[in-house]
Amino acid sequence: MQENLHRFFRAARGVGVHVSPAESIDAMRAVASVGFADRNVLRDSLLLTLAKSEDEKKALGSCFDLFFAQVEPTQPEGGGEADAGESPNAVPQSPAGAGDTASQSLGALAQMLLAQNRTEISAALANASSAAGLSDIRYFTQRGLFASRMLDLMGIQRLRDDLDALNESNPALAERLQAATEDLRTAVREAVSQALALYGREETENLRHEILRNAPLSRIEPRQVAQMRALIRQIARRLRERYSKPRKRQRRGHLDVRRTLRRNAAWGGVPFLTAWKRRHRDRPKIVALCDVSGSVARVSDFFLLLIHSLHEVVDDVRSFAFSGHLIEVSEILDSKPAEEAMADIMDKVGFGSSDYGSSLVDFEKEFMASVTPQTTVIVLGDARSNNLDPRAEILKRIAERAKRVVWLNPEGRMTWGWGDSEMPRYQTFCNVVRQCATAQQLERAVSDIVATYR
Amino acid sequence: MAERPSSHAIASIEAVESGLAAQGYIASRQIATAVYLSQAIEKPILVEGPAGVGKTELAKAIAAWRGLKMIRLQCYEGLDEAKALYEWKYAKQLLYTQILKDKLGEVLGGAQTLHAALDQLHGFGDVFFSKEFVEPRPLLQALLAPEGCVLLIDEIDKSDAEFESLLLEILSDFQVTIPELGTIAATSAPTVILTSNSERNLGDALKRRCLHLHIGFPEQKLEERIVESRVPGISQILRRQLVAFIHDIRTLDLKKQPSVSETIDWARVLVLLQASELGHEVVKDTLNVLLKYEADIEVALPQVTSFVAKTQRQNIFG
Repeated sequence: MQENLHRFFRAARGVGVHVSPAESIDAMRAVASVGFADRNVLRDSLLLTLAKSEDEKKALGSCFDLFFAQVEPTQPEGGGEADAGESPNAVPQSPAGAGDTASQSLGALAQMLLAQNRTEISAALANASSAAGLSDIRYFTQRGLFASRMLDLMGIQRLRDDLDALNESNPALAERLQAATEDLRTAVREAVSQALALYGREETENLRHEILRNAPLSRIEPRQVAQMRALIRQIARRLRERYSKPRKRQRRGHLDVRRTLRRNAAWGGVPFLTAWKRRHRDRPKIVALCDVSGSVARVSDFFLLLIHSLHEVVDDVRSFAFSGHLIEVSEILDSKPAEEAMADIMDKVGFGSSDYGSSLVDFEKEFMASVTPQTTVIVLGDARSNNLDPRAEILKRIAERAKRVVWLNPEGRMTWGWGDSEMPRYQTFCNVVRQCATAQQLERAVSDIVATYR
Repeated sequence: MAERPSSHAIASIEAVESGLAAQGYIASRQIATAVYLSQAIEKPILVEGPAGVGKTELAKAIAAWRGLKMIRLQCYEGLDEAKALYEWKYAKQLLYTQILKDKLGEVLGGAQTLHAALDQLHGFGDVFFSKEFVEPRPLLQALLAPEGCVLLIDEIDKSDAEFESLLLEILSDFQVTIPELGTIAATSAPTVILTSNSERNLGDALKRRCLHLHIGFPEQKLEERIVESRVPGISQILRRQLVAFIHDIRTLDLKKQPSVSETIDWARVLVLLQASELGHEVVKDTLNVLLKYEADIEVALPQVTSFVAKTQRQNIFG
C-alpha cells in the first residue's frame, strides 16, 4: 500500500498540489493511524495533511477520486492468486464449446481473453502498466507509445499470430478472439488516458502555457482566449505578489545629524536616540493610455485586463481608453470585475477607427494635470492614426512633464513607420519603446515599469 | 521524532465527535478527523474559513471536552516576541540588584583585585537571567503547562510575517529557544489550533507544519443539529424553516454571508419573540440580526416573501 500512496503523491503533484517529503511523511503517519477501512476518512486525512488551501483541496479531492477509481495493482494481484485456484478450471471450460484442440495451442493472452476472466485480465493490465512505467507518462503525445508498449508487454505479438492461425482453422473462435482483442485495446487505451490525467497534467499544462505565453496576442484563437485570460491573471498575480508587499524600510544608512540632535535636545544633545537618513522612495504613479480601436481590438482586450490588474498592484493608476476620442476609465476598472469592465469600456469607445491626434488633444485638455514629475505614462497602441495629424508635439509636452513615457506596441519593429504608422514620430519623445506582442513581453514590460519605483 | 507520553489518547474519530457534541459543538466528519489526527500525529491544526463558522469555538470545545486549560493568543499587527513569547521582568531585576547590593559587596569583599572579583561573580552564574525573572507570555505558558493545554492562536493572518517565523519552532517541535536560558521543550505537547480568515496568504513554511482544515458553511442537516444543540427551546418546525431560509439567503450575492453564529443569534431572537413559525413580518423585522450591511438588507428584502413561502412549502412536503 505504501507504493500506492507514493504513486498518489506523485499524482497529487501532477494536479498542482505541492507535496514535500515532510508532508508525505505526515500523510503516511496520518494514514497509519486512521487505516484504510473507511474511504471517506482516508480522503479527509489526505486532504488535511497534503492540501494547504481551498483550491488545493478541490484539486486533490478530484485527484483522489480519480486515483482510487482505477484498479489498484496490488489488489488484483492478491485477487488473482485467490482466483488462481478457480481459473485453471475456468479456462478449459469456456473454450470447451468452441473446440478443445485449438485452444491448447494458443498463447497465454489469447487463452485469458477467451476465458473472459475479468480479474485476471485486469491483473495482467496492472502488471503491464507498472512494467511499462505508465506513471512516468507526461505528455498527451506519449499516449500511443505507452499503449503499444503495454500491449507488447502483454504479448500482443503472440496474440496476432494466434489470430492468424485461428482464422484458418476456427473462424468462429477467431471472431470471438478478435472482439476480445478489441476490448483489450480499449481497456489499455483507457488505462493510459487515466494515467495521463493523473500524472501528466502538470507537464501538459506547463507546455501549453509556454506555447501560449509566446504566442502573438493578436493571433490567439477564440478557444484559447479563456486560457489566455487565465494566464494574464496569473501574470498579474505574480506582479502583485512581487511588488505589492510593503517591504520594511531598511534602517541602515547615514546618520541624520540634524534630526538626531533635535530629537535628543532633551538630554542636552547626548545622542541616546539616533535618527538615520532614509532613502526616499517614490510612490508609483501610472497613467495608462490604451488604444481600443478596431485595428488592435484583439490585443486591447488583454491590455485592459492587465491594466485592470495594475489597479490592484499600484494605488495611483489613472487609465484612459481611446479610439476616436479619449475617456477616463479608472473608475470603471476600479469598481467592476474585469470582464464586466472590459465589456463596458469596449461599449463606450471601442472598435472605432483610431485618431491619435484628437485623443491626445482630449488628454491634454482635460487630464494633463494628472501627469506629474513622478508619473510614468504608458501608451498601449499600434500608433496607426489613419493618416490623421498625429499631434506628436502633445506627446512631447507630456514627456516633458512626466518621469518617463513608455510606449508598448503590439506590432513588430519591422512595420513601424510603414503605412499609416506614426511610430517613428512618437518614438522620439518616449523613454522606452517596446514591442509587446506576446504575454511574456507584456509581463516583462509591466514588471520593468513597476520595478523602476523600487 | 521523540514520542511524548500523551496523557490520554483519543480512541477514535467517533469519540471526538461525541466528545465535542457533549460540549455543544456539533462537528462535521472532517473536523472530527482533523482533531483526531492532530492528536495522533501531534500536529497543529490551521483552521480557515469565513467569520463566524465556529473556528474559535472549536478550540474552546476541545479544551472543555478534554478538561484542559485554554490559552489564547489574539494576533494583531505589531504583535512581537515580548508580547507573545516571554519578557524579562526588568523592574524585578532592578529591584533585586538594589536589594542585593549589600550582599554582593559582602560576597565580593574578600576579593583583592578586580579580576578575582569578576571570577567570583562568574561563579554564581547568571543570577538575574534565570527562570525566576522570565515573564511567560501565552506561547511559553502553553509549553510550560504541566499536563498540556489547548493553545489557540487566533487570527494568525492579522499578525506580521515575522511573527509567523517565530511560531515555526514552536509548531514543529513544541519548543522555544531563549538565548539566556537555552531551549525549553514542552512537558506534554499542547493541542495547537491556529485560526485564519485568509486576510493574507500565510507562508508555506507555516502551512507545511499544520493540518489544514477548511470549515465552510455547514450543510442543512448539520446546521439544524447545531441550532438544536445551541438553542434548546426552539421548535422543530421553526428550526427547519429557519435553516432552510438561511441557506436560501446564502445563495444571494451579499457582502457578508450570514454564518453559523448569525444563525444561532437569529434563532435565539426568534425564540425570544416567541415565534413558532417563520412569517414575513417577523423575518422583515429581524433581518438586521442576520445581515450586517444596509446594502445586503436591501438586496435580501425583496426575496424574503418568496423564500419564506418556499420554506413553508417544503415543510408541508418534508
